[in-house]
Amino acid sequence: MSVLSGKELRIVGFLCNWCSYGGADTAGTARAAQPTDLRIIRVPCSGRVNPLFVLKALMNGADGVLVSGCHPRDCHYSAGNFYARRRLEILKEFLPIVGIDPARFEYTWVSASEGQRWKEVVTSFTERIHRLGPAPKWADVTPRYDMPFSAPENRLEPIRPLGCGANPSLPELRESIKKALAEGLEGVLGWKAGFDPLHVEPVFMQTPEEVDHLVWGPFNVHNLANFLPQYKGRRIGVVVKGCDSKGVIELLAEKLIDKDDVTIFGMGCNGTVDLNRVLEKLPEGASVEDVKCSGNTIRVTAGGQEYTVSMQDAAQDKCRQCTNPNAVLSDVFVGPRVTEPMPPADGRSGALRFLDELSLEERMGFWKGQMERCISCHACRSACPMCVCRDHCVSDARDPAWLTREDDVVQKLFFQLIHAQHLAGRCTGCGECQRACPMGIPVFALKQQFGRKIKQIFGYGAGMDVNGVPPLLAYQVEEPNIKEHELS
Amino acid sequence: MSTFYFAAPDALLGWLKKLAADYRVLAPRREGRSVMFRPRTADELTDMDELLRRATASPKGAVIPHSETLVRFSSTKDAENPARLDTTLDAPCGDVPTVLFGCRPCDARGFVVLDRPYLEGRFKDPYYAARREALVIIAQACPTAFSTCFCHWVGGSPAGREGSDILFTAVDGGFVLESVTEKGAKLLEAAGFASGEDRRNEAEAAHRKAEASLGAPSTLENIPARVAARFRDEAFWIKETEKCLSCGACTYLCPTCQCFTITDEGSQLDGRRIRSWDTCMSPLFTLETSGHNPRTEKFKRMRNRISHKFSYYPQSYDGEYSCVGCGRCVVSCPISLDIRQVVKHAVEGAPEAVAEAAPVPAPKPAPARVKASSAASEPASPAGEPKAAPGAEAAPKASAKSEARPRTGGKSKSGKKSR
Repeated sequence: MSVLSGKELRIVGFLCNWCSYGGADTAGTARAAQPTDLRIIRVPCSGRVNPLFVLKALMNGADGVLVSGCHPRDCHYSAGNFYARRRLEILKEFLPIVGIDPARFEYTWVSASEGQRWKEVVTSFTERIHRLGPAPKWADVTPRYDMPFSAPENRLEPIRPLGCGANPSLPELRESIKKALAEGLEGVLGWKAGFDPLHVEPVFMQTPEEVDHLVWGPFNVHNLANFLPQYKGRRIGVVVKGCDSKGVIELLAEKLIDKDDVTIFGMGCNGTVDLNRVLEKLPEGASVEDVKCSGNTIRVTAGGQEYTVSMQDAAQDKCRQCTNPNAVLSDVFVGPRVTEPMPPADGRSGALRFLDELSLEERMGFWKGQMERCISCHACRSACPMCVCRDHCVSDARDPAWLTREDDVVQKLFFQLIHAQHLAGRCTGCGECQRACPMGIPVFALKQQFGRKIKQIFGYGAGMDVNGVPPLLAYQVEEPNIKEHELS
Repeated sequence: MSTFYFAAPDALLGWLKKLAADYRVLAPRREGRSVMFRPRTADELTDMDELLRRATASPKGAVIPHSETLVRFSSTKDAENPARLDTTLDAPCGDVPTVLFGCRPCDARGFVVLDRPYLEGRFKDPYYAARREALVIIAQACPTAFSTCFCHWVGGSPAGREGSDILFTAVDGGFVLESVTEKGAKLLEAAGFASGEDRRNEAEAAHRKAEASLGAPSTLENIPARVAARFRDEAFWIKETEKCLSCGACTYLCPTCQCFTITDEGSQLDGRRIRSWDTCMSPLFTLETSGHNPRTEKFKRMRNRISHKFSYYPQSYDGEYSCVGCGRCVVSCPISLDIRQVVKHAVEGAPEAVAEAAPVPAPKPAPARVKASSAASEPASPAGEPKAAPGAEAAPKASAKSEARPRTGGKSKSGKKSR
């Protein structure tokens, strides 16, 4: 695609075959004078426009992207543009978090007879992009490697008291699991001690002896809902924290597992730790000999020395603002329910608060610096309970090739955008993507950005209702919270 | 004969700054909570504490980059005859002289493990050879072992010299630097450091202290044959990998994992043939163009990883393991899978090393997708039979695959066209 240097910018247009493409044709037939920056890609319907089309164009150097379809209620396929409206609105709201100016993307409606309107749309969008100028290049921004929001002094105060002491109900939980095993469950997913006292690992308990080794505490970080689809068709159980139960619910809602197959064991959660926040208190690589937890203090003995860490310091960010400490759905709930706090007035995570304060270009620099250390292992994807495509991830496809296999910040960030986009409205906020990242990249923030926008616009939070429908898989003819974006 | 020098921290930094003028200096850099080997300029080489940190990811990228361009191609259409293309190829091979500073002895040993498949045998990988040739390795003797370290299980030590050109040890008030190879000796001679002969004892004491900080040594014997004998014991591998997420973080962090894939990127008229890291934890690793995949389940993938490191590779290369015990796969695993335990479990109570006689246990309640025939879908690896190459287990099928696997001497095929 040649661009008249200095005169034209790169604007990509996705036009629906039935209305807007016809509208552009009408404008052409009428010899309406239009700017020539737009490169048109004809699609069957605006509903065919995968938000990733837009993201890929913007990530790879497009200065603007325009999507145009039939007017609402006028879709050739009845409802394609209703879906498009939701997806594209959410996408537009998402863009600023990675440093892309949302004004560079617009979606609108032009019918086949509206040649004049098409002319106005193209003219005004092109003028807007020219006012914005060429899009900043990833190669030009200054990378930023630090994560100030994760520094001890910047961690948010928990909205409820967090604790790490032994849960007195654990023996009762073990008994109920043993009973369920005896009654025919093939196994129950839980946690057991790992290679040192700080590490806990998932286990599929099948015998009473294994159940005796079940642990419960601040180190039970893994979301075991992740494993459920691989046991599909087998009668098993799963032990959940509040956040994990939301993953189970979302899997049930999406019919990826069958409720009859899964028994959910819940117990009140007092918060879990970000292991790195414990390890940072110890000498690098120290052998951990013992860990004792009481109240909200973790006492770690390493190399013969004792170190104390409070839950205030060590808690995962998600636990600091958690409003669902108890399993939202459970078949067996053991022990007293933890008091559920009111949602905080400002529900933003530390990462979002930090990113919100940055300029668009600074955000680009932030992600550029963070993604540089990504090794593309895709543990974020594997650890995500809602990444249900598993061995068939679109990002692995070579045809169409969404990604090259090059070790390049844009490719690596685009993978994260694919992940976040596919999680939009489905992410239950367990944060496993970020916890699993061996490089400590704050990728969860991208999902949180989608999450808060979905909450604002649709009032929906994933993983609360087995009959819930993720908003991007549904539509309303009149969207109360989506305003028309006027272009002409 | 090694020579010993002593350098105060400032002198060492000064030397590094000078090296940065003539070499690309790869040294640890803090990024978030991670530490990565990055090219550092003289101005950046100021924080000794940062330079002594253990890196989160291994330094293998110095010789096998995450992705590298093997060939660039660009074609122009003949104006007279558009069917005719004039294609130019450009194969950038070679590397700038590089100093790798601050890796640990296990990391340095990792390069020796990589050398065997890439440099030995009938074919040398020219890209690898050029990078390796240009590389000088300055390793730091570990001041103390990490809880996840197990270099002594696999023949290494916190002060091992194998693979290093220079080994330096922190002592009171500075560092004792020891030349290990000719390359290292040359570099040190030019540095102008004072002799460190009188501080040798201190360095050796530090080495002994680090040795002592390691966990209990391995008592495992006859590992390659026993791991091989486990091959058909699917119930064992299913149990061991029940919690595995099959993500591949372990392989990408590993200093010895060496597998790659080759893809063409860009368009047919203007593109790159690139080689990039691949992971045997991915289902795509063994996916054949026919659609058949011999390793559909995660247990088969992990079985390959463990077997390659502790059975196939030793069988090909005089009993050396393809694991240096750095422990990165343990410490960074999202579900804390401990490779030491898997090997231990595989070896202990393994059927004796006669693979043919190894009983095929009835699969315990296996995942729904395990087919009865799957046990035979991969050839077993009879103990003692020398393997031609890493990944040779999959070699008979490689001709049908769309993406090449590394084989000895860079006999790699070209990848399929991406577009």
